Amino acid sequence: MAASAKGDFFDSSRAAVQDHELQRKLESASTRHLDHFAIVKEEFPSYEDEKTAAHRIKTDAIAHLDELLIQLTDKLQDSGCKVFFAEDAAEARKYIVDLVKSKGAQHVVKGKSMTTEEIELNPALAAAGIDPVETDLGEYIVQLRGEGPSHIITPAIHLSKEDIGQLFTDKFGTEYTAEPEKLTAEARERLRAIFLAADFGITGVNFAIAETGTLVVVENEGNGRLSSSMPETFVAVMGIEKVIPRLEDLSHFLEILARTATGQKLTTYTSFITGPRREGELDGPAEMHVVILDNGRSAMLADPVLREALNCIRCGACLNVCPIYRRIGGHAYKSVYPGPIGSIVSPNLFGSAAGYLPFASTLCGACKDICPVKIDIPRILLHLRWKETEGEHPLKWPAALERARSGARRFAGIARHPRTARLLGKIAAQMLKPFAHNGYLRWMPPPFGNWTKYRNFPRPHPQKRRPAPAENQAP
Amino acid sequence: MNEVQLFSTCLAEEFFPEVNDAVATVLERLRVKVIPVRRAFCCGQVAFNEGLREEAVALARRFLKSVEPSKPIVVPSGSCTSMLKIFYSDLLVNEPALAEKAAAIRPWIFEFSQFLVNVLKVKYVGARYERAVAYHPSCHLMRELGVRNEPMTLLSAVSGIKLCELRDREECCGFGGMFSVKFAHISAAMLEDKMARIKESGAEVVVANDCGCLMQIGGGLSRAGAEIETRHLAEVLAAR
Ligand code: SF4
Repeated sequence: MAASAKGDFFDSSRAAVQDHELQRKLESASTRHLDHFAIVKEEFPSYEDEKTAAHRIKTDAIAHLDELLIQLTDKLQDSGCKVFFAEDAAEARKYIVDLVKSKGAQHVVKGKSMTTEEIELNPALAAAGIDPVETDLGEYIVQLRGEGPSHIITPAIHLSKEDIGQLFTDKFGTEYTAEPEKLTAEARERLRAIFLAADFGITGVNFAIAETGTLVVVENEGNGRLSSSMPETFVAVMGIEKVIPRLEDLSHFLEILARTATGQKLTTYTSFITGPRREGELDGPAEMHVVILDNGRSAMLADPVLREALNCIRCGACLNVCPIYRRIGGHAYKSVYPGPIGSIVSPNLFGSAAGYLPFASTLCGACKDICPVKIDIPRILLHLRWKETEGEHPLKWPAALERARSGARRFAGIARHPRTARLLGKIAAQMLKPFAHNGYLRWMPPPFGNWTKYRNFPRPHPQKRRPAPAENQAP
Repeated sequence: MNEVQLFSTCLAEEFFPEVNDAVATVLERLRVKVIPVRRAFCCGQVAFNEGLREEAVALARRFLKSVEPSKPIVVPSGSCTSMLKIFYSDLLVNEPALAEKAAAIRPWIFEFSQFLVNVLKVKYVGARYERAVAYHPSCHLMRELGVRNEPMTLLSAVSGIKLCELRDREECCGFGGMFSVKFAHISAAMLEDKMARIKESGAEVVVANDCGCLMQIGGGLSRAGAEIETRHLAEVLAAR
């Protein structure tokens, strides 16, 4: 589901801003998370210290990624895991699909994993005749609807409980209800049967501890734990950036992750997985594989500004505060990773079709303020804007927007000559004067046509300033 | 601190010249001599934000030539101030000579309210303004410069003013420079909500410290036929 046809984002976001129902749903869910976050933050005075620690540990880990990955691999292998490094999505997909086939697995269950969304694993499995079941409630719901998640933490944030009630009625023929408890019970019941039959499990990974070879999976429903422990074969899929050095580092992340993500103090389940079932143990898979995915991440690592984005712990908070995400929702981004962090990683993971995303921001900085690992998102977006402009294959803008961009370029050229700029300003003011009402113009020619479609444009009226001593210095 | 350089910014020069007059008036009343920076027109933010680095560097070069170090530079806009104070170091990574100049003037650059409250240490500037006012904090002002309380400190001290509570006031108005043209539909959706909040606040006047926000909010209110005015903070502080 990588961003495909160009121009998609314009169309989809145009449709989405009209969807006031969607905005209402997004608003109520993200406001709820943010309100809870404000409370738990208040109750936890060392929150800022934890952020600083998490930022430091991650930055350090990213700087030593190669060593940590070697250490992690050794430890994983020591504990009996098979480790596969996938250079890109296709390699990761193939490895997993082949494995499922070679095991003759019939019932694949999945815990929540954005990385498997990124590699488009489900369609690949489906093509091989296997229908994996998403067991995270939100993921289960969007899967039933035949869509992808619209948020990295709360996949079904774009749906109301009424929507979900209707979905269950349509799919299962059950009596309509919009009571969350009943809907959850219904889904649980169905998922339990699926878990009992499952012979192959797949989950994502939140943190991988190099020192011990332990994978940490954080979740609220217990489905991740079941997906990793019940089936005979288990595959964990992680990006290369998930590794942290030591077990003792983990607490800093656990302190902040749940708080910023959903406003909880801690998630309900935190699973520590160190290798498959050992002799004499009753739980756990007989075989465990770890797929470690690059897919454009090492290219991000090589860029000193972009590198910072690999600190991301996918808490989703930047989506919740983003005034743009809140107006258009996740699906409009046409990328697996929406919102502010998505606008950074998507162009790097999915190529230039997502190249517009770094520009689709006012750089208001709400994301940077909330980010628990202190990623300076606006600064990285700016960096990407240059890269898109100066790169070998500069982004192709729709014609009207290309005109707006050359308008900005021309303006910058003129502004280098203040006297000329002021003179042109005066001429424009004279020309536009007859069209102004109460200081505003209702219509402007391109490239400002898009502006006056929605609001009035202030009438230019440079006055001669009061005489000032430096007036004569103009070149 | 009896002399400052006033950098108008392109938006104020072209669309809101009254802002510059107001800034100068307020400063002069505080016995500060105001020297306008006439040799530069634009800080380069528009080009910079658009990914047009070369053009932005040329404007930065022009700006840096036009100001003197060791004398405060007052800017009546949060976003232009952050451009000069913060983003120049990113812009000029490959221009060591310019970067050095930018670093030398960095401590001398102040947004208008920041200068009044933190440098001149004033709260009351002798203003009287008998209107109901809602203050919209501009994003760059708050989040890049960390100027969160200064404008309110100044507004609270104005005689006769009635300050209105603006719900969700820290949410962006949707301007974002070229964003407002290129992604006008999203920008307009953001503006729509901002205007709804402004209307429910009961304000007659919306105040901001950034001509970008004033242009966006003012243009929206004007299109909607609302009676609510937009003013720069300096205009309120200059009123008597
Ligand atoms: S960028 Fe920061 S706020 Fe956004 S998902 Fe990642 S960690 Fe969370």
